[in-house]
Amino acid sequence: MKRSLLTLLIVSGVLLSASAQTKKPQTTQKASTTSSSAAVKASLSRGQAVYTTYCLPCHQADGGGVPGLNAPLIKTSQVLGSKPALINIILKGMQGVEIDGEMYSNAMPPMTHLTNQQIADVLTYVRNNFGNKASAVTVAEVNAVRKK
Amino acid sequence: MTSKKILLGLALAIAPWALHAQSNTSGLKLPEGFNAIVAADNIGRARHMAITPAGDLYVKLSRLNGGKGIVKLSDKNRDGVFEETTSFGNYGGTGIYYKNNFLYASSDDAVFRYKLDAQGNVQNPDQPEKIVTGLINRRQHETKSIVLDNEDNIYVNIGAYSNSCQESDRRQNSPGRANCPILDSAGGIWQFKANKLNQSYGEGLRYATGLRNVVGLDWNKQDNSLYVMQHGRDQLDMFPQHFSTKQAVELPSECMYKIEKGDNAGWPYIYYDHMQKKKMLAPEYGGDGKKEGSNQYIDPVAAYPAHLAPNGLLFYTGDMFPEKYKNGAFIAFHGSWNRSPEPQAGYFVVFQPFKNGVPSGDWEVFADNFAGVETVTSPRQAAHRPCGLVQGPDGSLYVSDDVKGRIYKISYEKK
Ligand code: HEC
Repeated sequence: MKRSLLTLLIVSGVLLSASAQTKKPQTTQKASTTSSSAAVKASLSRGQAVYTTYCLPCHQADGGGVPGLNAPLIKTSQVLGSKPALINIILKGMQGVEIDGEMYSNAMPPMTHLTNQQIADVLTYVRNNFGNKASAVTVAEVNAVRKK
Repeated sequence: MTSKKILLGLALAIAPWALHAQSNTSGLKLPEGFNAIVAADNIGRARHMAITPAGDLYVKLSRLNGGKGIVKLSDKNRDGVFEETTSFGNYGGTGIYYKNNFLYASSDDAVFRYKLDAQGNVQNPDQPEKIVTGLINRRQHETKSIVLDNEDNIYVNIGAYSNSCQESDRRQNSPGRANCPILDSAGGIWQFKANKLNQSYGEGLRYATGLRNVVGLDWNKQDNSLYVMQHGRDQLDMFPQHFSTKQAVELPSECMYKIEKGDNAGWPYIYYDHMQKKKMLAPEYGGDGKKEGSNQYIDPVAAYPAHLAPNGLLFYTGDMFPEKYKNGAFIAFHGSWNRSPEPQAGYFVVFQPFKNGVPSGDWEVFADNFAGVETVTSPRQAAHRPCGLVQGPDGSLYVSDDVKGRIYKISYEKK
């Protein structure tokens, strides 16, 4: 599980940097691949720390939430879906909205006290854990939503 | 009658349990001499229960199952297992109570009443009388538990749609709202007439206030008083400068209150600390874990560990169980979700001894292992979670489970 995730990240890192830096010589490309996957790895581990402090009490260690109370974060359409919408859930909180056919009787508070980096990290972590596989969320993407 | 006939599937689901029902505990851990059978299974998200003198069990479901929200279970052949299932009611909810040939049931914003005929059947399952309407439901602590006294009054819990009345609910360091306005329409127990139609806040009386959310409640016939179990607040560590995660795990107590008209239990201004045995000032209102709260609020009559979620309360008046249980309280603790990084706790039925109308002696775990796993880290791991309690005409104790919809019947075998 963990290993396949890592492979996926490395592969997507290669693809990303390959497409972005096609003109760079072979050696630099290799170095930057390593650093971008290292960056995602670092983001994932920071994200785990943010998750443990600010999200785990409600969404639980396995991301499964609490039946009827706190929504699960496992392969739901929003967790895997649009990143701006997901960033907005963290910034604005959420309550009383039906999620994939279920209602939840608790309130998720707005988390504006988190930095953009923390939000990017925690969402990257959520989107690549608990059985989820989706692209990383960057600070720039959080910046763009928070500015609005 | 919109009734569904005997469900073959249900009978099949019960069969394997019924086979080894003799002197069996059906997976529960019980004190010596007690047994438990699975009286029904997979009926939906079973919340509170009511039973008629003839032994028909009515179960309220929080979500509709096959379009219905109340299940009636009958045991015609008296073997303890309900072999007949019918259902009615087009609303989900938690509260249900039987009294004097009437069945009362609640949705999350109203209370209904059904008249039973001589056979104990609901006469108009599709046309209940509307006793109370328009109660606040803001998708947090929205369930409406109900109980009746002996003077035709019905008591309805209206939970606070908030954790601790912060300006921004559950947000880190958000301060408490002055004169918490939620208390005008929620965060307490309201009293209505049990036999008057279409009442709402205007006709009701705020019988007690300062109760965050009550799910388990019962009328104690011995001292003719209302007793409630409060779900204590969450997340004291939203104020990390004053409360550690460990404190947020262990505090505040889940409290049992004896309620008299006009009582104020102090939510959101205080919380109870069973280790210090003190009412403490809530951090939203300047508390730091050391400052005590005002003494104008009532004290609990008993207090239990934090976050265990007491969903059922029953004073035992039967003759089947040994003498020590008589007039004591059973409490169904649904089980915690917010004790991480510690393992979750609860998921059991507790017995609280009483003597002369007051709790006397320590509480003890009566029925355990509903979860079916050694440790629950996340509530989803629990196979069953106890929710409602009701006493059978023979003095047995029924416990409902709202995960799979199992009904346990716990009995004592006299030696
Ligand atoms: C106080 C409890 C609580 C905390 C703390 C909390 N959440 Fe939530 N979260 C909820 C609830 C309840 C919902 C569902 C709200 C609804 O149904 O309207 C939810 C919904 C979500 C959703 C939408 C799920 C979906 O599938 O649509 C995401 C994503 C999410 N939370 C992420 C997080 C993250 C990340 C954190 C930590 C930074 C966090 N939450 C902290 C309670 C909480």
